[in-house]
Amino acid sequence: MPLLPWTIYLTFAGALLAYLAGRQSPGAARCVALLTALAGWGVALAAAAGFTPAAALADLVNCPWIPQLGIRYHLAADGISMTLVVLTGLAATAGILFSWNIDERAGEFFALYLALIGGVYGVFLSADVFLFFVFYEIAIVPKYFLIAKWGSTNREYGAMKLVLYSFAGSALVLAGVLWAYAASGGAGFGLAQLAVAAANFTPVQQTGMFALVFTGFAVLAGMFPFHTWAPTGHVAAPTGASMLLAGVVMKLGAYGCLRVGIGLFPAGLEFFQPVLIALALIGIVYAGLVALVQEDLKFVIGYSSVSHMGFVMLGLAVASPRAVSGAVLQMFSHGVIAGLLFAVVGRMIYERTHTRQISALRALPLFRLLPFAAVAFVLAGLASMGMPGFSGFPAELTILVGAWQFSPLVTLAAVVGVLVAAAFTLRAVQLSFFGTTSEKAMPDHPAAHHVARKSRRAPAARRDHFRRPASRLPVSLDKYRA
Amino acid sequence: MLPATLSDSYSGLARALAPEAVLVIGALLVLGFDLFAGKRQSGPRAAVSALIGIAALAGAAWLTACAGPSGFALQRALDIDKLAVGARLGAYALSAFTLLLLPGSSRLRHPAEYVAIILFATVGFSLMAAANNLLLGFLAIELASLSLYILVGFDKTRPDSAEAGLKYFLFGGTSAAFMLFGFSLLYGLAGTIDLTSLGFMLRDSFSPVVLVALVMVLVGFGFKVAAVPFHLWAPDAYQGAPSSAAALVASASKLAGFAFFLRLLWPGLHSLAGDAAALPLAAGWMPVVAVLSLGSLFVGNLGALAQTNVRRLLAYSAIAHAGVMLLGIIARGGVGPLFYYAATYGLATVGAFGVVSVIERDAPCQKLTDLAGLWKRSPLLALTLFVFVLSLAGVPPLAGFFGKFAVFAAVLKLNGLGGPAGWLAILAIAFSAVALYYYLAILKQALVAGPAKDAKRIPVRRCPRSPWCSAPRCFGPRCVSLDSLAIVEPWISTGGDISISEGRTLRFAQSRKPFAFS
Repeated sequence: MPLLPWTIYLTFAGALLAYLAGRQSPGAARCVALLTALAGWGVALAAAAGFTPAAALADLVNCPWIPQLGIRYHLAADGISMTLVVLTGLAATAGILFSWNIDERAGEFFALYLALIGGVYGVFLSADVFLFFVFYEIAIVPKYFLIAKWGSTNREYGAMKLVLYSFAGSALVLAGVLWAYAASGGAGFGLAQLAVAAANFTPVQQTGMFALVFTGFAVLAGMFPFHTWAPTGHVAAPTGASMLLAGVVMKLGAYGCLRVGIGLFPAGLEFFQPVLIALALIGIVYAGLVALVQEDLKFVIGYSSVSHMGFVMLGLAVASPRAVSGAVLQMFSHGVIAGLLFAVVGRMIYERTHTRQISALRALPLFRLLPFAAVAFVLAGLASMGMPGFSGFPAELTILVGAWQFSPLVTLAAVVGVLVAAAFTLRAVQLSFFGTTSEKAMPDHPAAHHVARKSRRAPAARRDHFRRPASRLPVSLDKYRA
Repeated sequence: MLPATLSDSYSGLARALAPEAVLVIGALLVLGFDLFAGKRQSGPRAAVSALIGIAALAGAAWLTACAGPSGFALQRALDIDKLAVGARLGAYALSAFTLLLLPGSSRLRHPAEYVAIILFATVGFSLMAAANNLLLGFLAIELASLSLYILVGFDKTRPDSAEAGLKYFLFGGTSAAFMLFGFSLLYGLAGTIDLTSLGFMLRDSFSPVVLVALVMVLVGFGFKVAAVPFHLWAPDAYQGAPSSAAALVASASKLAGFAFFLRLLWPGLHSLAGDAAALPLAAGWMPVVAVLSLGSLFVGNLGALAQTNVRRLLAYSAIAHAGVMLLGIIARGGVGPLFYYAATYGLATVGAFGVVSVIERDAPCQKLTDLAGLWKRSPLLALTLFVFVLSLAGVPPLAGFFGKFAVFAAVLKLNGLGGPAGWLAILAIAFSAVALYYYLAILKQALVAGPAKDAKRIPVRRCPRSPWCSAPRCFGPRCVSLDSLAIVEPWISTGGDISISEGRTLRFAQSRKPFAFS
């Protein structure tokens, strides 16, 4: 009995349990959620340890599901899926730890959260396009509620925008997949089957299907010009959800582009390759430039995600083995980095200062007040810039080398993006953590005299390890709030 | 003339019509019981009536299921095939769910009559599902329609119910006239009312008169399923009708209507189908149905975006769903996808209206904001609404998604994207993203928004202490059960107390005597 499918089953069962536990107490829901995520991650790691990479997808489960339409319940994995499944387990566990402070309707929060993760696991393991699509959509709807209920800035707008973009994208995917199914004579939805059938499609069909499917998935991957949901959605989402969104959900789109779009319709890729490369390059540079001028720290990270996903899309569009492996590495790397950045900003900085405005943070000696957060942010920032020694470096390097083989000009253009990434990361680090070097500003602050009292009450806050430095910060920063 | 079949004897006829007979007997029992016993009791008239009605429906369903697809009966006027059995069972189930919504509806002053009329309407649906003959089909449609007109206008305490009934009746009467005229033209041309021989007789004749007849028939059909441009009654009727009546109109009547028209259009008029899958369009009813579908998708989805009233929103979404079902008629990939779609859609609609009706017992439920904070006022109702609405929206893993997928796959199998039918399917897929917006608007109010200050808990009341009334509670589990269709059964109206969000169970004794002095 293969291990990997248990990631899906355990997670969905955990979602149900978390909902039920949440009716007893929020703490129970949290613990159930954490255990579930850990179990899922553990299963993924155990499966990865015993995994021998092969060229093709290795079957895990394969049995008929809806025989009238030739749909099978077919799960399979290769190195790419394995990488992303491990990433999902990691991001899920971290996200739950960083959502530990959610008290309001905790059961529902964690149930939706785990349902989303279950959908993600399912997508990464599906080898039947229909099954893939089902899991893909299961991963979309919980996002709306997670953001609209537990989110912050402009949450209902952000949530609706994100979900409508994703759903419109998935409608395109559905259209493309159904077209391929109809054109193949209705044999079935298996990735392998469709790939064989697609080889006989006319070039027009292949390019048309590729356009539909790739565009649909590119929306979720945050590719320019379909990226605008990403920053607003990330900013509106609660910390755990934005970690998951940037860390894993955007990868669903890229994974779909790779597995379904490029995997099934290579002729379409060949036709659209210049356009896709151009769009990816624009995304890298443009989103980086936009990140450079953002005031809200979460928007900086949101746009940086778009920029980094541009590298993934570039690797996929170049589509040489080297570029694709770089893209997969970048998916993993960005998943971890973006998760960490969002965690630092959402849970460590915003929770205590109640602001994410760079101008407000600049007035605080944040590096001294929150040294742990500062170190974490600087490390993540270095990785995000692609400094050697961090995962971002080999990932981007591999993509750039792959792109060089395609055309040196492309690499040169992408390198501009790397420079821009360094610029906006350094700006964010400098202004928000090292804005003021003296602590003199502190005693003048109107809220400063509340600080001592605040630290004496709230024993609950003291138990929370991450919150400990809170006692050294003013309670309210109304002056700086946007 | 076609040869008579074995079941033309009276015993065969009795066997074929046994479910209908049980329903009629049930209706008479309800009336009789109410006349002799019910009026003297103060409390549980509605519940007892509903119980008898459900028993009759269960009996009819049992007979139908036992007999199975048994072939023709009554000189081929009835065709009890798989479609008929499925549609009958579906209609019975949907009517039974509708009846379950009844006991709490305090506004209805004559519950027994209401139940009896629902049963008569179900007889109509049941005959529609099996009719293989223009005359029987028309009679069945009219029996069902007349019953539905009464049901929609049944709430005499509210002027909008009367208005809804009148509008529905006027539109329905006109469309019945059109349909009857169309049927008579078809009879005049073919010399037969038997649907199977109709197709044979009309196979070469494509005269202007045939076209007129087709148009007349499609007008009646369009009205029945609320397709654009014959949809105008739907929002008003759904808004004004008692919620159980609206649920019946939206679900069972649609399922039965599609079953009959599927039989009329495919075996009956297949020679006049034309082609909507490839260009240039071949004249026939198929392109017309495609146009109806296009209009319904547009008007239904875009109209629903603008609604602030829950029931009108559901009505417009029903129009949009009718558009998809019309697409399913075009697809000749068998009746499976269409039937599955209509049945699951019906269940989800009855469920959504069920939630509306439970809320309505204690508070108004017309505007979307009336749903605000439902998660706090009643977690179970909120969860139920979540499942039903997402099923309507076609989100996996709920049943609505599989129905939609099957219909689209069947349509695209016709000719790929190469013709109007394919484009329509793509349009319908695109509109599913639009639809998500308004369905999320419902769920946003119910699950995300906080309750209004004066909003009260919504208890699902226990029935009064009568032994008569404790029985319906045995029918279903109080918990939410997700079956293989992932559809929550709307047992909610007879379930126990559900306001347990703070860990204690409040017991409500029913203090009102809703039907005491009618």
